[in-house]
Amino acid sequence: MSANTVAARAEERAPAGTGAGARLIALGRAELTLLVRNKTALFMTLVMPLTMAFAMKQAVSGMDLAGTGLSVGTVLLPATLGYVLLFAVYSNLTGAYAARREELVLKRLRTGELRDPEILAGTALPSVTMGLAQCALLVMLGGIVLDTGLPDAPHLLIAGVLIGMVMVVGLAAASSALAKSAESAQLVVLPITFLSLAGSGMVLPLDMLPDRFATVLGLLPLSPVMQLIRDGWIGGADAGETLKRLVIGLVWVGIAVFAVKRWFRWEPRR
Amino acid sequence: MNIGEKTIGGARPSGAASAGSGESVIEVTGLRRRYGTAGRRASAGKGFEAVRGIDFSVARGELFALLGTNGAGKTSTVELLEGLAPPTGGQVRVLGHDPFTERHRVRPRIGMMLQEGGFPAELTPAETLRMWAGCTSGARPVDEALSSVGLSRRRDVRVKQLSGGERRRLDLALALLGRPEVLFLDEPTTGLDTEARHETWQLVRELRDAGATIVLTTHYLEEAEELADRLAILHGGRIAQAGHVADVVAAHPSHISFELPAGFHLGDLPPLAELGVIGHETVGRTVRLRTDELQRTATGVLIWARDQGLELTGLDVRTASLEEAFLHIAKGLENA
Repeated sequence: MSANTVAARAEERAPAGTGAGARLIALGRAELTLLVRNKTALFMTLVMPLTMAFAMKQAVSGMDLAGTGLSVGTVLLPATLGYVLLFAVYSNLTGAYAARREELVLKRLRTGELRDPEILAGTALPSVTMGLAQCALLVMLGGIVLDTGLPDAPHLLIAGVLIGMVMVVGLAAASSALAKSAESAQLVVLPITFLSLAGSGMVLPLDMLPDRFATVLGLLPLSPVMQLIRDGWIGGADAGETLKRLVIGLVWVGIAVFAVKRWFRWEPRR
Repeated sequence: MNIGEKTIGGARPSGAASAGSGESVIEVTGLRRRYGTAGRRASAGKGFEAVRGIDFSVARGELFALLGTNGAGKTSTVELLEGLAPPTGGQVRVLGHDPFTERHRVRPRIGMMLQEGGFPAELTPAETLRMWAGCTSGARPVDEALSSVGLSRRRDVRVKQLSGGERRRLDLALALLGRPEVLFLDEPTTGLDTEARHETWQLVRELRDAGATIVLTTHYLEEAEELADRLAILHGGRIAQAGHVADVVAAHPSHISFELPAGFHLGDLPPLAELGVIGHETVGRTVRLRTDELQRTATGVLIWARDQGLELTGLDVRTASLEEAFLHIAKGLENA
């Protein structure tokens, strides 16, 4: 080996350690390829939220919204963003984490330079990116089609979507601990999915329920997220209420992170 | 499959010349690993202790084999060296660092191959390597990595369509992607057919010759004998014997065995001590003699048989091999 090649190699090696950003992008790109090749996941991501929104449109049109300050658009559009969080990100990602674990991919990834949080984040990257893109698109399209106009308080909408994203990624990782395969993951996601659909204002806004009932349901993980998103349009809540929603949302993010740290499994149970 | 110095070179900046030089790349002292207890450092007598206090070191450029039956503690040990788990006792140093607590210092300089791959079934080898390259310091180009393990033609086939041997080679390509100074191979040829096994051996030899330090676990004695500079035989979580392959083998006797024809007894043979026999056993009519002087013993037995006009059936003359050494150790420990 000549001195030249040694020097060249030393140079080549010089960036000791890849950057976290580069690692995330490399992993995210592979995950995106997998997402595109998985027809079920692709359907859940792209078709499911809109299908749900169409199915709901009729029901929402029949609701008595007088006195709530809501319109068909401000019920339906936030709900659709909720469907994106639930179907495109939460369900999808729970299956992805379970599948990668069963394929021993997570175990193999841990043998390299990736750190544990990077593995979870990189796997989530395509779902989250597509979810955020859908949300942005829906907000713009909804403004036209559903006549909601642009949000009055976009910061609340953005806060709601971002907290919701981080929360559902955490919940997906935690839920996947209960799944033995991508197939059983579809069952594992049902409790949180149904609870959120029924109790977090994705079908019926909590404002339309009796107060005490609404207060309890407001504690569900996606309830503050849905309220923040809806507040983005109706601008409703005062500072105290908004703070309360942020706190409940962040507490759930904390719970999800704790659950992942405590229960997430990197290898199949043998 | 051909890896020349040119393609895998850079495993060590100093080249192959210092193979086996004194510098320790891996140092293990008093290593223990216990499963099934809650505390990481739990020392209570609960759970199962898979690694029970082992010591060894591996020099730069050396190929060190951890040999043992299933359950001997090979994988449990190598996972500690790789920094995949913390030890319950003792210490590991890889390239001067703790591979678990200082993984960010160690990982960019090592490569590893687990017992089972772990690739998304729907990606191709090229996509898998591209992903891995993005997560690896100083990664080689993907196509070079593919050709080094003979997978160029299969670069765009889904992983689920690869054969077991091809998957092992893809795994090896991943392990080699960052031109590691130290390579850990956990049973690299388990489940491979004979041809694929020999190809993998060739690849490992080339890596060793190019100067990489390699730790290999195997339960194939032939594999350790074929590849290793030094080895440790693990049994029940302890090192039963360690050293250079030739020394381990030399420490064990050779054998000659045959069937005694009907009507003959062991006592009909010339005095065993005169034949250089140091031990014997009989199972049915089969006699097995142990000796450190195989030629003398064999000659004596054959001359006796000729003089008696006997045809010895089942005649088997065997030089000491790692297999003999291994069986001897396993048996000795069981009896102990």
